[in-house]
Amino acid sequence: MALTIKEVEHVALLARLELNADEKQTFAEQMGTILDYANRLNELDTDGIEPLSHILPVFNVLRDDEVKPGSPREEILSNAPLLEDQQYKVPKII
Amino acid sequence: MSKEFETVIGLEVHAELKTATKAFCSCTTTFGAEPNTQVCPVCSGFPGMLPVLNRKMVELAIRTGIALNSEIPEICKFDRKNYFYPDLPKAYQISQYDLPICQGGFLDIDVDGEQKRIGITRAHLEEDAGKLVHQGDITTTPFSLVDLNRSGVPLLEIVSEPEMRSAREARAYMEKLRSILLFAGVSDCKMQEGSLRCDANVSVRPVGQKEFGTRTETKNLNSFRSLERAIEYEVRRQIEAIEDGEKIVQETRTWDEEKQQTRSMRSKEEAHDYRYFPEPDLSPLKISREWIAAIASNMPELPVQARRRLVEEYALPEYDAAIITLSPDYLEFFDQCISIYNDAKIVSNWMMSELNRLLNQNNMEISDCRLKPADLAQLLKLIDDGSISGKMAKTVFEEMFKSGKKPELIIKEKGMALISDEATLISLIDGIIRNNTKVMEDYRNGKEKAFGFFVGQIMKVSKGQANPAVVNKLLKERLSQ
Repeated sequence: MALTIKEVEHVALLARLELNADEKQTFAEQMGTILDYANRLNELDTDGIEPLSHILPVFNVLRDDEVKPGSPREEILSNAPLLEDQQYKVPKII
Repeated sequence: MSKEFETVIGLEVHAELKTATKAFCSCTTTFGAEPNTQVCPVCSGFPGMLPVLNRKMVELAIRTGIALNSEIPEICKFDRKNYFYPDLPKAYQISQYDLPICQGGFLDIDVDGEQKRIGITRAHLEEDAGKLVHQGDITTTPFSLVDLNRSGVPLLEIVSEPEMRSAREARAYMEKLRSILLFAGVSDCKMQEGSLRCDANVSVRPVGQKEFGTRTETKNLNSFRSLERAIEYEVRRQIEAIEDGEKIVQETRTWDEEKQQTRSMRSKEEAHDYRYFPEPDLSPLKISREWIAAIASNMPELPVQARRRLVEEYALPEYDAAIITLSPDYLEFFDQCISIYNDAKIVSNWMMSELNRLLNQNNMEISDCRLKPADLAQLLKLIDDGSISGKMAKTVFEEMFKSGKKPELIIKEKGMALISDEATLISLIDGIIRNNTKVMEDYRNGKEKAFGFFVGQIMKVSKGQANPAVVNKLLKERLSQ
């Protein structure tokens, strides 16, 4: 079942996406199809099955608290679209 | 007015955990470095990077849980909290949602001589964001700068039950929590450096009403004083609004230290929707009971135990013991002092009055202080053996606090030593008696008050440095001759 346009607008706002009317319509249908597919899981009987918190049976992957050098600053900042005083320069947000 | 309303406060405290490296990468956590010099692809949010959990971070959280009487569940996991903000390079924060590392717990606070138990809801692990620096004038500049040194630093967020009923209780809770974290050695708790931060959820309701009122969340409380004042302000604001027939809006507010008021930070046209989901890049944690027991067996002395020790071993009043155990450095100072000078109550009095006054005046921690505990002990001995008066000792103490010099040296430099030498005092006394034969006659005729006159004169002439005990003894002898 297709999502409502309002639902699409809400998700788009959370994702900071600007959609035109056609795109909203397209995504309402496509996202509806995706949710319908995922909803098939609800048809399964999961009584008595522990909820899964991770897809692999792996626990306690831990690292010792030992400092290793990070990356050189020039290298780490080399992808920044805007820089000033060795910092990322971004539009002001209050 | 406020009699008809009850205040309800819950606190969310973020404590930076005392690890050498960040939560999910091996970058250092040292404070105060040049911007963006303690970063790597993981904490800068580069695509495809994988986080690996710091064992120490987990152990410090478990230690905190034990200290706060929490339950440590056998399984806990991490989740992604999704939101966009320039200081959050991944556009999600790794946090814990439904299975936090500490569940429940409590701590006891003292307010007005009464003890009150405040419940703890939970404590969960998460990573800190970077730092946003606004350029120039915040209202006109179009840009902000981002420093990611702090990004990924491990935090423990400790959430209290809404069980505090006044700003003072909230402050007492915060002070107690800080002392527990300090004693447990899990955080530096430097509020001015941001390693201990606090958000206050405040609401008011008519006395007798069961349901909570609408609450606001106030951020940017980086000292005990601003915490207390912000809550007082917020309570007043909410009561006035309600009495004017307005509705309280659930919102985030910030404390403006300069204006001493809270103001609205963001409107909630779009309610927060963090879309939490399990972090697929981190495995869940299985915390064995053996692991917890091993951590518990290495627990340092906690405030509650230290306090009992002070009361039982030194017979200190509960009030003194509570103050001395507010920080481990403070207790250490006391313990060192008492190992040299064994009157605990006197040491405690000096710490609570003179030392505290100077620390507060100079906005200092005891660890920044140049005064050594052994020197306070020495000063107290000098008072006892009559080398210096109690009043002068306060002046000496101030100088010790300022310069870190030894008390004997200050007394010598300032010529403050008491004159106890009998020959010197006798010639002084005899001179004064000779010049006041009339008063001497009065005394001999039974006018007791005349004795005080002579003491006053001796003190005046000796500039307060005559040893009072010796003066009393000698004066009696000379007057009756």
